[in-house]
Amino acid sequence: MPAVEQTVERVKEIDVDKYKYGFSTDIESVRAPKGLSEDIVRFISAKKGEPGWLLDWRLEAYRRWRTMQEPTWAKVHYPKIDFDDLYYYAAPKSTEGPKSLDEVDPELLRTYEKLGIPLKEQEVLAGVQGAPKVAVDAVFDSVSVVTTFKEELAKAGVIFCSISEAVRTHPELVKKYLGSVVPITDNFYATLNSAVFSDGSFVYVPEGVRCPMELSTYFRINAENTGQFERTLIIADKGAYVSYLEGCTAPMRDENQLHAAVVELVALDDAEIKYSTVQNWYPGDAEGKGGVYNFVTKRGDCRGDRSKISWTQVETGSAITWKYPSCILRGHGSRGEFYSIAISNGYQQVDSGTKMIHLGRDTSSRIISKGIAAGFSDNTYRGLVSAHRKATNARNFTCCDSLLIGDKCGAHTVPYIEAKNASATFEHEATTSKISDDQLFYCLSRGLSEEEAVALIVNGFVRDVLQQLPMEFMAETQKLIGISLEGSVG
Amino acid sequence: MLEIKNLHAKVDGREILNGLDLTIPAGEVHAIMGPNGSGKSTLSYVLAGKDDYEVTDGSVTWKGEDLLAMEPDERAAAGVFLAFQYPMEIPGVATMTFLRSAVNAVRKARGEEEYSTPDFLRTVKEKAKDLKIDMEMLRRPLNVGFSGGEKKRNEILQMSLLEPGLCILDETDSGLDIDALRIVSDGVNALRSPERCMLVITHYQRLLNHIVPDRVHVLSKGRVARSGGPELALELEKSGYADYGDEATAA
Repeated sequence: MPAVEQTVERVKEIDVDKYKYGFSTDIESVRAPKGLSEDIVRFISAKKGEPGWLLDWRLEAYRRWRTMQEPTWAKVHYPKIDFDDLYYYAAPKSTEGPKSLDEVDPELLRTYEKLGIPLKEQEVLAGVQGAPKVAVDAVFDSVSVVTTFKEELAKAGVIFCSISEAVRTHPELVKKYLGSVVPITDNFYATLNSAVFSDGSFVYVPEGVRCPMELSTYFRINAENTGQFERTLIIADKGAYVSYLEGCTAPMRDENQLHAAVVELVALDDAEIKYSTVQNWYPGDAEGKGGVYNFVTKRGDCRGDRSKISWTQVETGSAITWKYPSCILRGHGSRGEFYSIAISNGYQQVDSGTKMIHLGRDTSSRIISKGIAAGFSDNTYRGLVSAHRKATNARNFTCCDSLLIGDKCGAHTVPYIEAKNASATFEHEATTSKISDDQLFYCLSRGLSEEEAVALIVNGFVRDVLQQLPMEFMAETQKLIGISLEGSVG
Repeated sequence: MLEIKNLHAKVDGREILNGLDLTIPAGEVHAIMGPNGSGKSTLSYVLAGKDDYEVTDGSVTWKGEDLLAMEPDERAAAGVFLAFQYPMEIPGVATMTFLRSAVNAVRKARGEEEYSTPDFLRTVKEKAKDLKIDMEMLRRPLNVGFSGGEKKRNEILQMSLLEPGLCILDETDSGLDIDALRIVSDGVNALRSPERCMLVITHYQRLLNHIVPDRVHVLSKGRVARSGGPELALELEKSGYADYGDEATAA
């Protein structure tokens, strides 16, 4: 597997702290004053020129948030966050409404270049013959800077733009669907996001349309002390299909950065949404200092009959991950899937899983979770599968596997299963294993280095999930897995 | 080519090798026989560089270099290959993927060019055919659910792909029926060459009917108790290991 060898080359390129994306970009930014108040919410809304209904929506969320408590049930530990000591809005100064790539700050373009993300359409086209096109929405700090392939997508009727733009150009769609899956009352972080969300991606695929290319958004936190609150909304109308990928990176900072995003997916009758995440926020240094707090609410609503939503996530970064991409299986015969690879190394803490809420008849769901813990990390799978009274013939299959590397880390599985309908069939399998010294020695004796051997074994362990990723991202992800586990043995 | 002098090694604090001397010239095949617990497998692990095997005295020189100073992967690059008695299973990793990773890692370390995909496939196909290995088997995860015979043939396939200078076969005959034994032995014999030496570890004489050694050494209590030609193996077959500290005689 070439990926294994490349992994090692990549690892060598990485600076001492092992985090490749740890550079920061020197870009002038506009920030709202520190702290959170109604005035800040108004400031954000005004800055984005939003209509009155959206400001009211934000204010309602803000007022509710003031009455809420941070959740403490997850198996993660961190000092209390002072929410008044954060900036809630930061935007690159020069990018208020670039018309084309020429108007985008070249420093910004260089940043994305360094990240290996093609923002110039011709570069994508000039790539390998037959390479599939990927449309990209790049979000820097709180603002979407550029979206590629817009015209080509528009020809197919697909709307792919930043959510701020969608508020202006398609208010009826945003108004109808925003908050319809994750209401402003949902949870502490989602409510906070509703009050202060800055930008994110918006996708609408009209009835019967199969989106002609992969869509992807790259999120990047750059500004210091700044919370990042993106809001993503994807709607697949009847019979539509879309595959979407998000990638995340952040510079190395000593202090912790807060990331509280909300993603809402809506699939109508016979529609299918495939949502993949490769999350590689800065995980903190070798002593556990710094890193991103990733407190994210992701939920898909299979609103229509026979609709399907599939979440695939590869979580390698962040100091703390608190994330449960879920499916509400409302439509009859709808299907939810969750494929997860969560890798923790160093002092990272991961508490992640999914919820499959079976409401409709003949709904089915599948959960495949692979947790890999190394170093001093803690890795928890937390999941809920529930069948409500009317969910006749609900079916679920869950498989949670954990792999431990070394003896200072922990893996935990916390599955909740509720069936209120006697016809439900739920299956749960779970295993915990270790990379054995014998397996390692076997690989070494065949000439593989320790890093290559671990990368190979782990890639084998996560293979079922890797296969769910769009082809274009598989190789990259295999490398990322190797990099994340660098220094985990020996 | 391989020179072992006064080798002492401990496992879990227990001394298993106790002043072992052995020299294998280029082109020769030497067999190591001996009762259970005489240190046969320990010798193979020490040569391959397994972690828990602590060398307390003595030296091993391979092509003039200090073998014991090398990491296991460096030894592989230097041409040492151990065919395991119990090959490890690695779930999810296709055998073909593993072979390719290993071959390219070793080629790179030796300063050779990595195989291109078509070249690699052609090479594997050829070698697999000789060992009667089905390509379907190579698509399965490494050693997972393989029969005893499949595992051993896979070891020999790896051996021929990695082109080692020193082949160590640790009880390669265990768990093989007579047909599989012949296929595996033919595979090993095909690799005999003037530039290569082999160390064949076995409990029984029957393997040595197929892989005829130049020399036979009997191991007892961690050292070579007796050396001779191929006829020594036949003698042991009759008399058993009773003279070498084992109450149970060879069946």
